[in-house]
Amino acid sequence: MKFTGRVHKFGADIDTDAIIPARYLNTSDPAELAKHCMEDADPSFPQKVQAGDIIVAGKNFGCGSSREHAPIAIKGAGVACVIASSFARIFYRNSVNIGLPILECEEAVQAIEEGDNIQVDLEKGEIVNLRTGETYQAAPFPEFMQDIMAQGGLIGYVQHKKIKQ
Amino acid sequence: MGMTISQKILAYHAGKKHVEPGELINCRVDVILGNDVTSPVAISEFARLGLDKVHDPDSIVLVPDHFTPNKDIKSAEQAKIVRDFARRFGIKYYFDVGQMGIEHCLLPEQGLVLPGDLIIGADSHTCTYGALGAFATGVGSTDMAAAMATGEAWFKVPDSIKFIYYGTLPQWVGGKDLILHTIGDIGVDGARYMSMEFTGEVIDNLSIDNRFTMANMAIEAGGKNGIIAPDDITLAYVQSRAQRPYQIYKSDEDAEYAEIREYDVSKLEPVVAFPHLPENTRPVSEAADIQIDQVVIGSCTNGRIEDLQVAATILKGKKVHPELRVIILPGTQQIYLEALRKGFIETFIEAGCAVSTPTCGPCLGGHMGILAKGEKALSTTNRNFVGRMGHPESEVYLASPAVAAASAITGRITPPQEVVR
Ligand code: SF4
Repeated sequence: MKFTGRVHKFGADIDTDAIIPARYLNTSDPAELAKHCMEDADPSFPQKVQAGDIIVAGKNFGCGSSREHAPIAIKGAGVACVIASSFARIFYRNSVNIGLPILECEEAVQAIEEGDNIQVDLEKGEIVNLRTGETYQAAPFPEFMQDIMAQGGLIGYVQHKKIKQ
Repeated sequence: MGMTISQKILAYHAGKKHVEPGELINCRVDVILGNDVTSPVAISEFARLGLDKVHDPDSIVLVPDHFTPNKDIKSAEQAKIVRDFARRFGIKYYFDVGQMGIEHCLLPEQGLVLPGDLIIGADSHTCTYGALGAFATGVGSTDMAAAMATGEAWFKVPDSIKFIYYGTLPQWVGGKDLILHTIGDIGVDGARYMSMEFTGEVIDNLSIDNRFTMANMAIEAGGKNGIIAPDDITLAYVQSRAQRPYQIYKSDEDAEYAEIREYDVSKLEPVVAFPHLPENTRPVSEAADIQIDQVVIGSCTNGRIEDLQVAATILKGKKVHPELRVIILPGTQQIYLEALRKGFIETFIEAGCAVSTPTCGPCLGGHMGILAKGEKALSTTNRNFVGRMGHPESEVYLASPAVAAASAITGRITPPQEVVR
């Protein structure tokens, strides 16, 4: 999977309450959740985000609650991929399980700026900044998780395993 | 090479003799938990599998506690999805309003989570059960759905950090202060992906309720789980409640740790975490004089009987400051009843506190005590992120029930010894 998108940059320790505030958790509809995506970190984000955009953030992205609504809201808003210095573990797990591409790459996060256009190659873990021409290497997904992604998430994976058995 | 308690529990449930940190394994799980926010997502994911039964109905526990009693039509509909699912699939451990409590207070109380268990919950504070010597960790709704179908979940075996607490706890200093102090020390990602093992003479003498408080906040340091090896205190709690057999594990002498940290607690003051991260901790003496608008005592961190007892001791015969609201939320119906019988509820109401039926309520800014723009709350809950308890420009300070009760009297953040002499 390869894609190009415009960057929205965020800081460190962006928690799931900032990604999707609990006051909106009385629904699990992706389109509804997307309307409030990242609202408490940047109130204008839901208006300005466009399909294919990419979120780039600092360390510990997605810390806090286990709400899958967080990656669902991001995916629902049309964000193609999240790149961060590091991810909180439940957010990481949830993103894999619902098939939201995420990459950990400290170097890329340091160099990439708000509004940059970047190109991401998921299989290789390669990130190219189209403004500067610089390339950064993220660790590719472990094979087991690639399998989950390839089946469109954990449910597809379980289904696939059942059929094989 | 020996194994830590966390490794041992994971190895057993993976059907292996030994597991190494970093290894990806598939495990059988004993308990799968969901609430009214996370279960509806899990239920619709489960539906995609087209199954007419769950793997084991008695391993599933459903507790609608976040927006219950339902605050609006949308949340009522979410809760109904959970109720209908529980009926259709014969889920015995479904707790509706009236039986319901905050999940992480309720499951241990009902004897549904036990030492040696492997527990996953679609709620990040599932790590609370580590206080009983179980491996318990928060997952997402899709994990919950897959586990309901297969009885299994995937894990990466974590590295462990050992925390050793020694010395004598000063008066009014307890589990909440120990864990806040620890998070202040290592930061909100200090234990990211790792197991936090709490040990030492202070833990050996710590009550079970205080242990729950500590394990509960492991996630606030990024931890995968928090765990305390079972001892006599654990067994005294578990024996009369257990619904099935359980297994005691302890770390080997030669187990390997990524890090070992020691804390002398003898001079520790009550700790307050400032907005907007649990790692922004300061001793209460450096927080004094911050005016607050609301005090919340409750939640899966501090809504147990001992927490209410501490608050009642301080509030007995006193009045809540006139410019402040105090909301008290007992963790479960049983805790509520015990607090009633012991006279704590009377103390609270006479002091001018509002006492609520068990619910998560204000802890996640859901209902029952939302903050307006610019307001400040002192809360015994576990998170103080931006907007956590209401308006994005409100502020939350985290502290123990003792500090919360003392502050309720003065209207500003206050060390307990200032109001109790
Ligand atoms: S009390 Fe708060 S932290 Fe605990 S489960 Fe409820 S919302 Fe989550």
